[in-house]
Amino acid sequence: MDDLSRFKQTYFDESAELLAVAESGLLRLAPGEVDMDEVNAIFRAVHSIKGGGGAFGFNDLVAFAHEFETVMDGVRNGDIPVTTILVDTLIRANDVLARMLAHAADGTDAPAGTTDDTVAALRRVLVQADAAPGTAVPAAPPAAAPPTHYADDEDDEAGIFGDALAAIQAARDDAAPAGTVPAGTVPEGKLRWTVVFRPKADLLLSGNEPTYMLRALRRLGDAEVVCHLDSLPGLAALDAELLHMSWTVTLLAGPEVGRPQIDDVFEFVADDCDIQISVEAPPPAVLPAGRADAGTASPGVGPAAPAEPALPAVQAAPAAPPVPSAPTQAAPGTAAGNGGKPRTGGPAGDHAGPAAHTIRVDLDKIDRLVNMVGEMVITQAMIAEHLRDLPPGQFQELLEGLEGLAQHTRELRESVMSIRAQPVSSVFSRMPRLVRECAAMTGKEVVLVTSGETTEVDKTVVENLVDPLTHMIRNSIDHGLEGPEERERTGKPRAGTVHLSAAHRSGRIVIEVTDDGRGINRAKVLSKAIEKGLVQPGATLTDEEIDNLIFLPGFTTADQVSNLSGRGVGMDVVRRNISSLGGRIGVYSTPGEGSRFVLSLPLTLAVLDGMVISVGEERFVLPLTNIVESLRPKPADLHGLVNKCDVIMARGEYVRLVHLHRLFGIPKAIDDATRGLVVLVETEDGARLGLVVDEVLGQQQVVIKSLEANFRRLDGVAAATILGDGRVALILDVAGLREMSRHGAGTAPGGPASANSLSGSLPPPQTTPRPTARPVLAERPESHQRQPV
Amino acid sequence: MSSSTAIASVGPRSDLQPMGGTANGTDEQYVTFTVGNEEYGVNILAVREIRGWTPESRLPNLPDYVRGVINLRGIIIPIFDLRARFGGGPTQVSKRHVVVVMQVGERTRGILVDAISDILAIGHEEIKPPPDVDNGLVDAEYLSGLYTAENRMVTLLSVDRLFAGEHGEPETALRAASAAAPAP
Repeated sequence: MDDLSRFKQTYFDESAELLAVAESGLLRLAPGEVDMDEVNAIFRAVHSIKGGGGAFGFNDLVAFAHEFETVMDGVRNGDIPVTTILVDTLIRANDVLARMLAHAADGTDAPAGTTDDTVAALRRVLVQADAAPGTAVPAAPPAAAPPTHYADDEDDEAGIFGDALAAIQAARDDAAPAGTVPAGTVPEGKLRWTVVFRPKADLLLSGNEPTYMLRALRRLGDAEVVCHLDSLPGLAALDAELLHMSWTVTLLAGPEVGRPQIDDVFEFVADDCDIQISVEAPPPAVLPAGRADAGTASPGVGPAAPAEPALPAVQAAPAAPPVPSAPTQAAPGTAAGNGGKPRTGGPAGDHAGPAAHTIRVDLDKIDRLVNMVGEMVITQAMIAEHLRDLPPGQFQELLEGLEGLAQHTRELRESVMSIRAQPVSSVFSRMPRLVRECAAMTGKEVVLVTSGETTEVDKTVVENLVDPLTHMIRNSIDHGLEGPEERERTGKPRAGTVHLSAAHRSGRIVIEVTDDGRGINRAKVLSKAIEKGLVQPGATLTDEEIDNLIFLPGFTTADQVSNLSGRGVGMDVVRRNISSLGGRIGVYSTPGEGSRFVLSLPLTLAVLDGMVISVGEERFVLPLTNIVESLRPKPADLHGLVNKCDVIMARGEYVRLVHLHRLFGIPKAIDDATRGLVVLVETEDGARLGLVVDEVLGQQQVVIKSLEANFRRLDGVAAATILGDGRVALILDVAGLREMSRHGAGTAPGGPASANSLSGSLPPPQTTPRPTARPVLAERPESHQRQPV
Repeated sequence: MSSSTAIASVGPRSDLQPMGGTANGTDEQYVTFTVGNEEYGVNILAVREIRGWTPESRLPNLPDYVRGVINLRGIIIPIFDLRARFGGGPTQVSKRHVVVVMQVGERTRGILVDAISDILAIGHEEIKPPPDVDNGLVDAEYLSGLYTAENRMVTLLSVDRLFAGEHGEPETALRAASAAAPAP
């Protein structure tokens, strides 16, 4: 059972990739310019999903995949013309397939009726194709028969032995096989193909099924199938998992069947078998070479081999009358939208293509590797620290060795980190789909341009990019771009352009979403903000500040809530998501010309740029993204506020002071802010605090370690890390500190806490905007203490 | 060693084998250590390693028996001060103090003790139940039994209950433990 579930997991992983392949293929499918490779890739993807699903007994899934595959087959044969409607239907089918897979993965049944609409749509496509046969095969009824004809292929329990047993039966009866083409004659206008199909013994192990190929051959014309049992070993020596048979198929087919069609049949197994294909044209009465001894299988000792010399021809009886293949449950039901499909990897290559030079590795293994490398870095730093105490001039070789070690460690760390890195294309490739839908919904014409898809960034970051990017692109299309008419009036091309780009810049990844729409309507934004009480009336804000108002919680300018946006949960969520990843977001807008959203994110979530600070004897790490500046206040800058707390005047704003040592109960720390330092920090939603600390020790990249793995969450602490001397330092959670300090310092531990999760799993707490709500600029001016990151 | 480990992993089977000697298959091994004048023991299967004291990093706003966290080859584990846990105040640590690193469920944690004293093979039958102590006086839920080694008394601790309060749901853990205890 364990084994099976392991295979299942592999199947789901692969299926997710295949779905991605199919989807990206479908999106590229456009009327008029059909790339057959693309179509084949989609077909193969669906086919593989179906095949695997059958192996695990996901019947609903298989039934649906079959419908899908049938239509794809039609497209492949040219029977079904590629139209926009077709592509839409197929994309929807792909989604349904994803949903079915998700249900199969959960072990739940898809709600009845999930597939109904789509199946109906797919069948409609088929019916239309039948009504107006495609261009490729004008008058070839048998060959071009709708493939639904063979809908029961996969259900054939007789499977592999169906033909062989029938052949044996025929031989026993010693009856001339009725209705077969007389051997040796090639009727007028037909070709006789002889296909010798000798699979390798391990064909079955790779999940291939020779029966399907034989049936596929029969579909091409009248076929005689002869099974050779000569290599069948005795029962004692029989390995039931290996294939001991080979076949010779004599196929009488019309001129429309050519070598490519026959090759197609063996497309999936070409590497796993030995195939000889020869053809004879009409001049009749020539016995195909090898036919004579084809049936003279030396009788094996085994029970299944009484094959006598005979002419074991079997009529290529079309399998049973067309069964409306596996009707999916008819009851109407809710199509529970479990669309969340795991998407891993970039575009997986051609499934049937040559083995790719990649391996599938469990993420845990990589994480362990990353961990160990992190340890090495720390250990190496420790050794270096000890060596510094050695008398200079001696141990020169040791020092040189250590230098080399440091170099290697750094390289090792980089390469290990790069294993986790993924191109952002896995996110970007979902966007054309989104744009298509948004464009359809808003009635706008949109062109999506992407660049920098190959930019690599940590897997976790990639995964967490999907939601923010989705929001931003929707926002750009819904709010940014004008309708086609309006665009024409203002002299722009009818179709708006949304440009999505990614690039590495100074150790971070920068993602930009640019549109050439109308830009942010500042007057409207400001009046809305005042109306919603986010800004006080009469406040004067700069253009940039107004633009950034759109990131405030609860802000929306849409007059009507649409499906796309307008609920006011958009851009503030985007900002929070980005912040929880340690990133920043900013917007730049030019009225009439468009807007540009700029996202900057760390390349990995495993390490963090932090500022090491000390309080008493303890050291802490503050995420650099939270720090605005640090300063040593003069006594005149400090003020008491109703005897409750101290405030400091910083950058024209009163900021509350929080003494970290009071909050955390740390002894022997500096209490007087004028003798220590104040680090001005800012939470994700823009609230500022002045943290009073003893000293700022310097900037450092730290490896993020979980505190919860062996202990539990603590208020005001986001995670932990290990510093160069091997000691643990806590990484502070600024939003948590703010919460703590609001409820009075040193409150009971373990209370419900706000979490600014560095791992990105939890959104930071939603705090109400301050009444004055000065928008905080995401791209802050650099302060003197803060080094650029 | 090997046999006792194997049996122990299956669980105590004293009902099958009335015991006597130490070579009997029902023995379980305990690591014993001292805190002040008292000697305690924990099942050796829970012990992952024993290491000398290294300075800890303090955690804010926690009871004094949560000593802090240390770096155990890259993972961060909390250290509990057993003396403080038993109400003796925080340990004044020296280089001779010892941390017993234990695996409790999925979590790894360390307890700070004065010194390791012995490894004892103790038969199930030799463990005396803890006396009828008042639940309020001694939080008896983490005592699993008492054992007499020569003329010393060793208090055997139930590791998972000892840390029951530090999983984040102290209330329920304690209540469950006291509910399980026999009524006085």
